[in-house]
Amino acid sequence: MNNAILMASDADIDIMVHGLISYEVFGQTCWITTTHVCLLIVMIILIGFFIAANRKISQAKEVPDGFQNVVELIVEKLDGMVQSVMGVNSPKFVNYISTIFMFILMSNISGVFGLRPPTADYGVTFALGIMTFGTIWFNKFKHQHVSGVVKGLCEPWVFWIPINIISELAVPVSLSLRLFANVLSGTIIMALVYGLLGWIATFWPSVLHVYFDLFSGAIQTYVFCMLSMTFIGQAFDTE
Amino acid sequence: MNISGNDLILACSAIGAGLAVIAGIGPGIGQGIAAGYAANAVGRNPGAKSDITSTMLLGQAVAETTGLYGLLVAILLLFVKPLVG
Repeated sequence: MNNAILMASDADIDIMVHGLISYEVFGQTCWITTTHVCLLIVMIILIGFFIAANRKISQAKEVPDGFQNVVELIVEKLDGMVQSVMGVNSPKFVNYISTIFMFILMSNISGVFGLRPPTADYGVTFALGIMTFGTIWFNKFKHQHVSGVVKGLCEPWVFWIPINIISELAVPVSLSLRLFANVLSGTIIMALVYGLLGWIATFWPSVLHVYFDLFSGAIQTYVFCMLSMTFIGQAFDTE
Repeated sequence: MNISGNDLILACSAIGAGLAVIAGIGPGIGQGIAAGYAANAVGRNPGAKSDITSTMLLGQAVAETTGLYGLLVAILLLFVKPLVG
């Protein structure tokens, strides 16, 4: 394993993932990295929010107030988003899409709070891409059966099978690389601003944080979920 | 002054990284065209503004992918240094 991926240089500019604790699995050295720590923090915040939301909704009032309003707004918006793309299939997938939406959004905007966004690690985004890929193919085999899947792969002609397989395999790779590269580029630019400008970089980088962490993070979250929904929705096309 | 093989490869990697991010030109043009047509569409049908905006953002994000691949190549060349033995 190339240590350059894990270990950063000693310079002020710090964009790399650091290894914290090493352990051996089947003779391979594996690392608990800063990404795991940031993931854990994001997960604790999300789980705390969910437990609080659950408490509030289980004692819901007729006229919502404060926190209940926020929870209802989030659920309504996510439901509407999934409904507008997936139509009649939306009730089955609204849980999955909402979960990854809130996770990716929280991960992306965690850069504002001084964490290195967990989505700026390819391991995290590739896992998300693989999850969508698995959902796509499970539903393909469920709704089009084996004959439909084989027919879809031989679409214009039988000899197109290798090209079709490559284009299917490109789906999770492009989904995950898009999210990863966007978040990583924001992280690198923020690290360069803080690392190279030193004391000059006070107060005004907050504008850059708003763009790179909040705006770009929200857009990429939306795009990841929209593309996931579109690809999963295509699996239902039985012709 | 001695220049070892690794130094030469490192210097060439830096040049290659600079060349790789030229890939950003294509998505820039593509996103501009998409935004232009979206503005055109909003001008014709202001009622469909939210639909047009979401479609535009989705298309732009897909168009952006090729530029991001260029960026990734540059980052790999600079920070992971796959060619330095």
